Amino acid sequence: MSDWIAIAQLEDIPQLGARKLQTESLDIAIFRTGNDQVFALRDRCPHRGGPLSQGIVHGQAVSCPLHNWKIDLQSGQVQGPDEGCVHTYAVKVEDGVVYLSLAAAESAA
Amino acid sequence: MTSTKLKVTGIDLFSAGAFNEGEGDETLVLQDPAQGVYKKLVIRDNRIKGAVMYGDTMDGTWYFQLLREGTDISSFRNTILFGQHDLGDAGHGEETRVVKLSDDAEICGCNGVCKGDIVKAISSKGLFTLDEVRAHTKASASCGSCTGMVEALLASTVGEGYSAAPSKKAMCSCTERSHDEVRRAIREDGLKSMRGVFDTLGWKTPDGCTSCRPALNYYLLAAWPGEYEDDAQSRFINERAHGNIQKDGTYSVVPRMFGGLCTANDLRAIADVSDKYQVPEMKVTGGQRIDLFGVKKEDLPAMWKDLSAAGFVSGHAYGKALRTVKTCAGKNWCRFGTQDSTGLGVQLEELTWGSWMPHKFKLAVSGCPRNCAEATIKDLGVVCVDSGYELHVGGNGGIKVRITDLLCKVASEAEVLEYTGAFVQLYREEGHYLERTAPWVERVSLGYVKQRIVDDAAGRMELYERFKYSQQFAQVDPWRERAEGAEAHEFTPLHIDPMRAAS
Repeated sequence: MSDWIAIAQLEDIPQLGARKLQTESLDIAIFRTGNDQVFALRDRCPHRGGPLSQGIVHGQAVSCPLHNWKIDLQSGQVQGPDEGCVHTYAVKVEDGVVYLSLAAAESAA
Repeated sequence: MTSTKLKVTGIDLFSAGAFNEGEGDETLVLQDPAQGVYKKLVIRDNRIKGAVMYGDTMDGTWYFQLLREGTDISSFRNTILFGQHDLGDAGHGEETRVVKLSDDAEICGCNGVCKGDIVKAISSKGLFTLDEVRAHTKASASCGSCTGMVEALLASTVGEGYSAAPSKKAMCSCTERSHDEVRRAIREDGLKSMRGVFDTLGWKTPDGCTSCRPALNYYLLAAWPGEYEDDAQSRFINERAHGNIQKDGTYSVVPRMFGGLCTANDLRAIADVSDKYQVPEMKVTGGQRIDLFGVKKEDLPAMWKDLSAAGFVSGHAYGKALRTVKTCAGKNWCRFGTQDSTGLGVQLEELTWGSWMPHKFKLAVSGCPRNCAEATIKDLGVVCVDSGYELHVGGNGGIKVRITDLLCKVASEAEVLEYTGAFVQLYREEGHYLERTAPWVERVSLGYVKQRIVDDAAGRMELYERFKYSQQFAQVDPWRERAEGAEAHEFTPLHIDPMRAAS
């Protein structure tokens, strides 16, 4: 793959936290879990459009700041009993640098 | 009139009012020696005069409310001893009333859930508990005021399968321990970090959840002022961003105006900030402050810098914290005023601002018993009278309005400050996270609060001193810190830099 884009240093993202990545067309939330896994999801809750990057990260999930919907960071699936899905993007961390691939943007419907 | 809850060698006891019957009184008794349960109500003219119970005291607060309000119990007298859940908590005969409603009757106003939706979910998904109904339908999952009706629907739909067991007392599903047990362990085992709590108390999740993390962060902060380092990632976004998130993801900003007083320069500075950052709407809040809506998160630090330069600090309108001290005009202007309510309000706000609490905390000072500052629906309200100051505690507006109880009367402003600081500290040390003073006072009883704050002068001084000690760490303006660059990552989005694209 040649479309990996370096977006941040790992330490730019707080542990159990997130950063919002602004692009021209949309916002992407970059999450870092307690064990330093990094995930990227569209920064928009399928419920009422809440900014997921502002939620509390716990385990491998984030809870939306508006109405507490819980979203799995790996799959983008909303946890039951609520239903829905958030777009996920491929990310990788190499030598402390976080890379994002926008090519997979439409993969998770 | 007070009620008392005691725990004697592990048995719950509750008493209220005149629980020894006199001539002309009737008594209702439920006795189950095998389960160690005894309940007695003393009744006169179908109104409760007194109550005493042990073993099962869950309904003590309900009986006490019926007693104080002088409610006629004749319509539910035959089931009153079985407790409030037998009726639903929004009224009497809830079950029969709810059953008669049509399917399109709205039960939950917050989430727009009708009776038909709830009944359908219960039968089609096989739901048996209130939590399940909340999860699947959202009914009673927001403000909770329709809980009684939802329970009644559960009871009538599933019949005997429904168990109105008291909701479990564990803090959350990450632990079996209760709020009190966790707080005690933090103090007694000297736990000073979130990780320490997780490891020592055997948390079941790697890093907690959205319920326990904010609670633990508060408990650690309250237990170890100046030692525990606040964990930003365990705070809800409002407290992390020091503004209120709105439905469109923008924030609202409320500068503190001590006692509600302001100058022309203050208002000019707020107007200038509003122009500069193109604030789409401004509003005066219920607590007599000015709210600026629709601010972009990225603009917050710069806006705070301008407000800070004009002398403002954060109003903490977003926090489980000291919110506002609402005041009336007082004797400097008002022809009825008996004391300087505005000046006292300023002093109280200067004493208490910045302190983190189990829940939001509001104060008010009224200059006379006409009570224009609505002090008797505040967490702590001062009502000035000619001879001194009445201190009222445990009130709130909101979903379930609760009028304050009179704590005591004091003679000087210095005493108002001391008693207030002590009361705030007692609540900070013993209230459960997200429990406002109204339910807290009902849980621990007004008698207990009086004993700690009024009767025990030495204990009151110690509480006051502990409060003042913790305030020296709390009264650091979070807006100024962030305006000067702290937590910059919180307010700065990442951007894709084409120069950094890698192969």
